[in-house]
Amino acid sequence: MASYDAIVIGGGLVGSAIAYGLAREGLRTALLDEGDVAYRASRGNFGLVWVQSKGDGAPHYQRWTRRSADEWPALAAELLAGTGISVGHERPGGVHLCLDDAEFEERQTRMARMQAEAGNFGFEYRMLDRRELASMLPGLGPAVIGASYTPYDGHTNPLNLLHALHKGFVERRGRYIRNTPVSTARATPDDFRIGTAGGEIAAPKVVLAAGLGNANLAPLFGLTAPVRPQRGQILVTERARRVLPMPTTTIRQTDEGGIMLGDSQEDVGFDTGQKPAVMREIARRAVLSFPWLRDLQIVRAWAALRVMPPDGLPIYNQSERFPGAFTANCHSGVTLAGAHANLLAPMIAAGDLDSSLDLFSARRFDVPAAA
Amino acid sequence: MFRLRPEANAETIAVVVEGRTILVPAGASAAAAVLLAGFSSIRETPVEGNERAPYCMMGVCFDCLAEIDGVPNRQSCMVEARPGMQIRRQIRARKIDPSAQ
Repeated sequence: MASYDAIVIGGGLVGSAIAYGLAREGLRTALLDEGDVAYRASRGNFGLVWVQSKGDGAPHYQRWTRRSADEWPALAAELLAGTGISVGHERPGGVHLCLDDAEFEERQTRMARMQAEAGNFGFEYRMLDRRELASMLPGLGPAVIGASYTPYDGHTNPLNLLHALHKGFVERRGRYIRNTPVSTARATPDDFRIGTAGGEIAAPKVVLAAGLGNANLAPLFGLTAPVRPQRGQILVTERARRVLPMPTTTIRQTDEGGIMLGDSQEDVGFDTGQKPAVMREIARRAVLSFPWLRDLQIVRAWAALRVMPPDGLPIYNQSERFPGAFTANCHSGVTLAGAHANLLAPMIAAGDLDSSLDLFSARRFDVPAAA
Repeated sequence: MFRLRPEANAETIAVVVEGRTILVPAGASAAAAVLLAGFSSIRETPVEGNERAPYCMMGVCFDCLAEIDGVPNRQSCMVEARPGMQIRRQIRARKIDPSAQ
């Protein structure tokens, strides 16, 4: 039986970032990737490294997201140096466009609240009026009345990120095992046996990073991961010379020139189909924001499923019943890649999640015991 | 490099590929016109500027992108040639004029 220092279940962005970090810590790590039958949120996401909208009412999430965005430049540079793959990361700041007064006021209130919640950690933001915004973004539509801006936001090429993490992992002597769903799991503290089509493999640590698959896997390890799918649809235009100097929440120009238009939040179960009505609304808001988008051809469109915990915040846990087993679940595998590779993986390697992650425990979903 | 199939439509129309007038069978695609004109490429890739020519001829590979009658990035294999059509090289990514509204 092959044995490792750690087994990571899930070869998407969350699992790959953690596996990459574990291999860098010197752990002999196996990364199990189910295959193309999986929902693969990591192949369908939008590519933002986004801070400004995250953690309203949850300052620990705001801090974790920002720490990840702060780790991003180092991770991108390390991946480039190690693998030769540019993940196209940029951090020019970002804006959330508001198309009417109500949206602007709601945004203003939200940003002020997040700044108050940030306390001494700080939260730099500005509300920009139309005139200032028009000087930053070429061809801004007359419907846009203003925006919120923070310097923390950025974007990347998410497919190159996934590729670079896989390559970097293998270069650090990680073992990437493709087309391999987990068939059985036997858990005892610090001793896990994972059944695969190629036989059983063993390790004293196991990390569950299987996205929506975690819901079924977690109970086998004394953990819970009550995640559900949330559909998002995306349109992408033909490639064009660089026009947009920074991303917005729903519109960004990629490093290769295409302009991505998002997004939707749909509660439709495991349906990855596309809906013309949703695509039309995405296009309508995009053209209101930047009328010149009307002349660009849409060359591709797709839907993918976000991995959503009930409150939208990540879940990180070590099993109390079977220490050595960890869960990692979130819908922001791109944004949080910096934290997962550089902060979370060292904690898992050390065998103990930092107390700054206590509030991300799935215990928050338990019904409190009656007094 | 390319020859017409024996059953090709005998009726021809004239299109202009990069300034060169070329006769093609009626009903042929703009990409076929590019190939019949003898050009070894019709576009340069957006990021690295490599040359590309029509390849799959069925709307999948996007290597036949060309500027057709002033509209950039058209899949020339999906566009039927019309008399007098102007087919030009697609040089890297298209330009956008954000001020034109």
